[in-house]
Amino acid sequence: MSAANAWTVPAVREALEAKKLSARELTAEFYSRIERKNPELNAVLALSPERAYAQADRIDKLRARNEKLPPLAGVPVAIKDVISTRGIRTTCGSRILENYVPPYDATAVEKLESAGAVILGKTNCDEFAMGSSNENSAYGPVRNPVATDRVPGGSSGGSAAAVAAGLAVAALGTDTGGSIRQPGAFCGIPAMMPTYGRVSRYGLIAFASSLDRIGPFATTVRDAAAVLSVIEGHDTNDSTSAAVPASDYFEEMEKPIRGMRIGIPVEYFGEGMDPEVRAKIEAGIELMKQIGCQPVELRMPHTEYAIATYYIVATAEASSNLARFDGVRYGLRVHAGSLREMYKKTRGRGFGAEVKRRIMLGTYALSSGYYDAYYLRAQKVRTLIARDFILAFEKVDAIVTPTSPTTAFRLGERTMNPLAMYLADIYTVTGSLAGIPGISVPCGTTSDGLPVGLQIFGPRFAESRVLQLAHAFEKANGFLI
Amino acid sequence: MERTSIRTVEGAGHIPAEVRANYESVIGLEVHVQLATATKAFCACSTRFGDPPNTNTCPVCLGLPGALPVLNKRALELATRAALALHCTVQERSRFARKNYFYPDLAKGYQISQFELPLATGGWLEIESGESKKRIGITRVHMEEDAAKNLHEGFAHADRYSHIDFNRAGVPLIEIVGEPDLRAPEEAYACLTNLKQALEYTSVSDCNMEEGSLRCDANVSVRPRGAEKFGTKVEVKNLNSFRYLQHALEYEIERQIGALEAGETVVQETRLWNVSAGRTESMRSKEFAHDYRYFPEPDLLPVRIAENWKEEIQRAMPELPDAKRARFVHVYGLTQDEAVVLTDSQQYADYFEAVVKHGADPRQTAGWMQRLSHLAEKTAELSEIIADKYGNVTAAHFAEMVGLVKDGTITATNARAVLAKMFETGKPAAEIIASEGLSPITDEEGVESICRGVLAKNPENVAKYRAGNEGVFKFFVGQVMRETRGRANPQTVNDILKRLLQRS
Repeated sequence: MSAANAWTVPAVREALEAKKLSARELTAEFYSRIERKNPELNAVLALSPERAYAQADRIDKLRARNEKLPPLAGVPVAIKDVISTRGIRTTCGSRILENYVPPYDATAVEKLESAGAVILGKTNCDEFAMGSSNENSAYGPVRNPVATDRVPGGSSGGSAAAVAAGLAVAALGTDTGGSIRQPGAFCGIPAMMPTYGRVSRYGLIAFASSLDRIGPFATTVRDAAAVLSVIEGHDTNDSTSAAVPASDYFEEMEKPIRGMRIGIPVEYFGEGMDPEVRAKIEAGIELMKQIGCQPVELRMPHTEYAIATYYIVATAEASSNLARFDGVRYGLRVHAGSLREMYKKTRGRGFGAEVKRRIMLGTYALSSGYYDAYYLRAQKVRTLIARDFILAFEKVDAIVTPTSPTTAFRLGERTMNPLAMYLADIYTVTGSLAGIPGISVPCGTTSDGLPVGLQIFGPRFAESRVLQLAHAFEKANGFLI
Repeated sequence: MERTSIRTVEGAGHIPAEVRANYESVIGLEVHVQLATATKAFCACSTRFGDPPNTNTCPVCLGLPGALPVLNKRALELATRAALALHCTVQERSRFARKNYFYPDLAKGYQISQFELPLATGGWLEIESGESKKRIGITRVHMEEDAAKNLHEGFAHADRYSHIDFNRAGVPLIEIVGEPDLRAPEEAYACLTNLKQALEYTSVSDCNMEEGSLRCDANVSVRPRGAEKFGTKVEVKNLNSFRYLQHALEYEIERQIGALEAGETVVQETRLWNVSAGRTESMRSKEFAHDYRYFPEPDLLPVRIAENWKEEIQRAMPELPDAKRARFVHVYGLTQDEAVVLTDSQQYADYFEAVVKHGADPRQTAGWMQRLSHLAEKTAELSEIIADKYGNVTAAHFAEMVGLVKDGTITATNARAVLAKMFETGKPAAEIIASEGLSPITDEEGVESICRGVLAKNPENVAKYRAGNEGVFKFFVGQVMRETRGRANPQTVNDILKRLLQRS
C-alpha cells in the first residue's frame, strides 16, 4: 500500500515544480492505475479524461511559464457520484439516474477545479448515499482494497477505496450519518466531515438536507486539510452555508496540543463493540495521553436515541428530496398508460430496495397523524443530542470515540439485516445530528490486518482543532508503526 | 374610469326569492397574488410573462438534482408590504415548509410554501356593504412559489404527450387567506376589488388576472338565516375574473340551498367553476385524499424580519386607497363618488393631483378627467395603465385646458373637441384653439346678428314659443351654436335669444 500511496498533495507539488513530470503524465499514471485496479475494486463508476487532461494541460502551461501554481495544482481527485459534475454522468449509484448528465458543477467541484485539481471521474457509492457498506449501489458493490472480500464501508465506499488503493490522491465524499468517517475507518485513511454549513451543498444531490455534508478523503490529515481549505466557504447558492471565516489549517495543525482535554464518552464504549476495536481505541487514547492530551470521562445521556432519531429525520427528508425523480424531466422513465402508472413504474424500477425502504419510512414519519409523534419528536431529541455536545464542549476541547463498533465486515454479511447495518453508524450519527465537525483517523489494525478508525469531534466550526489533534495523533501513531 | 358594474346573474335563479331569503351565505376568499419582482422567488431567472417556453429556467427552478433555493429579498419585501397594507401582524420569525405532492408541473415533487409559521397573520380589509363599512378579516398572508404550466394542446401527439413550460415555475406568490366574513357575492366582489386595488397601489403586484397574477378561490357555505353554526363548506376554484367570481358564487349558493331544500346534504369538496357551462363541477375526490406531509424546508433558513426593516417598508408605503379617498373628499371638496372614481388606481389619482397642482379647479378637473377617460378607453387597450392611456396629454396641458374653460376662453362644447385633439396630438389647448379657429366670439353684436338670422329663418317656431311652447328655445340655441361652430358663449346666446324673443 505504501507504494500506491506515495503521492500526496505536497509530493505532487514538488514533482511538478521540480519538473520531474508533467500534470498530464501524472494524470495518465492515475488513469492507468484505475484501469489496472478498478475492475476488481469497482470503486470508480465514470471517468472524465477529456476534462482531466484539459485541466492537466492548463497546469502544465502554468508550469511552462513558471507561474505560481494554485494550491491543488495537478492533484488527481475523484468525486463521489452524488455530487453534480457538468458533463460527467452522475448516477447517485441509482438506476433512476443511469443516464443523467448534470448541466452544472457543484460548488465544491468548481472550487476544486479552480484550485488546480484534476478531476479523474466519479466514485461508486450506496444508492443516494443510503447505506453503510456500499452494497446498495445499482452498479455493484465496491471491494475494500485492504481485504477485497470485505466491504469498504459506506456510503462513500468508492471514494474511500479509491484513495486507499492509490487511484486518486484525494476524493470528495458525503456524510449524512457517517458516510465519510465510517468508510475512512474501514479503509484505513483519514476522512473528515466538516461542520454543517462549512462546505456548500450546492450540487450535492440531497439525501437528507439538514444532515448532508461534503468532505475530503486523503492519505494524510494534512492533505484532508488541503482539500477542505479549498472547498469550504460561504456560497451564495446555498442559504445554509455559513459565513464563518476559516483559519489557516496548516499553521494551526502544527501548534502543540499539550494540555488539551479530550472527552471520552462512556456511551461509546458499550455493548456490540468488537473487543479488538476497543483495545485499539484504548491504545489510541493512551497514545494521545502520551503526547500531552488529558482524557476526561464524559456522559452524553441522549446518545442511545441517536440512531432512532437519525433514521426518522433522515428518511423524512429523503422521502421529500427523492420525489423529484419521477420520470418527467430527466433520468429513467418507464412508459405507461397513465401518469400515475408512469410514476409507479419509473420509481418502482428505478429505486433499489434500501431507497424504497427509507422513502416509505420517511413518508410514514411525515404523515398527518404521525408527524408529531415521529418527526417533531425526533427534532426535539435532535436538539437534546446537540445539547449533550454543547455541554460536553464546556468541559473538554474535543471528544474522542471509535468511528465504528467493528472493522470492515464481509460482503453480504449484513445485507439481509438492515437494522444490523444501521448500527454500523451508531458512533457517527450523533455528530451528524449535532452539526459538529468530526474526523476519522487510522488507529492501527486488528490481528487480521483490518484498519480501525479513531473519531475526533470538535465544537461547531472548530475544524482547525479537530485537524490539529488528528494531525498530532497521526504523527505519533506513525512513530509507533 | 367606471368600475365594472355589479350585475345579478340571471341563469341560476331557479330558487324563489322568498326561499333564498331564509338562508344566509358565508364566503371566504383565498387569493394567490404574483409578486412584481424581476426575478423568481428562489433563483435569478426572469419572471417575464410570455417568453418562449422554458427560456427562463435554471437548475434551481427546474428542480435539477442538487440545486438549492435562495430567497429573493425583494419578494420578501413585497410580501411584507402586502401584509402591512392588509393591516396584518408581520411575524418576526416565519418559516418555509415543503408541501409534498406529485404532479408534472411541480419540478421538485414539493412546493416551497409556508405552513405552520406564515409571514403574517391577523389583518383586515374594509369594504362598503350597502351604506356602511365592514371589515373583512385576513387570516394569514404567506409566501410560496408558483408551479410550472402544463400544456396539453397544440402539439403533435397531443393525445399521448403533454408539454411543460417551466418559465412560471418558482415565480413568487403570496397567498392571502380571508376569514369567512363575507355574506353575499356582492361583498366578495367588493372585497376582491378592494384587495386588488390595495395591491396595485402598493405595487406588490400588477394583479393582471388574464396573465394569472391574481387568482381567486372561494370557500362557500350556506346556513339557515339566524343559525350560529356554519354550513358545510365547498371550495370553488378557478374564479379568475370578477365576473366568474360573481357568477360562480351565485350559482354555488343556489346549488347548496337547492340541495338543502331537497333534503340533501352539502358534501365537503372542491368544485371547479366551468366557465362555458356556467356551473360549478365536482373535482375528483382523489384531490381530497392528499396528505401534503408538510415539514420545515431544510434548504432555507427561518425568515427573520428585523423591526427596523419592517419600519422602513412601512414608511415607504404609499397612501392606501381608503386614506386617499378620504383626503380627496376633505382636501379637494370632491363628492364621495368622485373620490371613488378618481382613486380607482394610483396612476389615476396621481394624474388628478398633478393637474390640480398646476392650478386647475379640483371639481372641474374631476369632471374633465372623466371625459378624457372615455376618450382613452375608446382608443387604447383597456389593460394598459392610465399613464399610457393618457399618452400625450400632460398634466400641465390638462390643467391649462380646465382653466381656459373656466375663464371662458373656450366653451364647454368646444372643450370636448379640443380635448380630443389634445389626446390625439399632444398639443396644448391654446394652440389647437388657435389653429382650429375655436376661440369664442366675443363680439356680442356679431352673436346677436346670428341670433336674429336664426329667428328670421324659423318664424313657425318663434310663433310656437310665443304661444307658450318653451321647449323650442333649445332648438334656437342649438341653431346658433351650430352657426358659430360652438364658439359663442352659451350664456350670452341664451340672454340674447331671450331678449329678442321677448321683444316685439
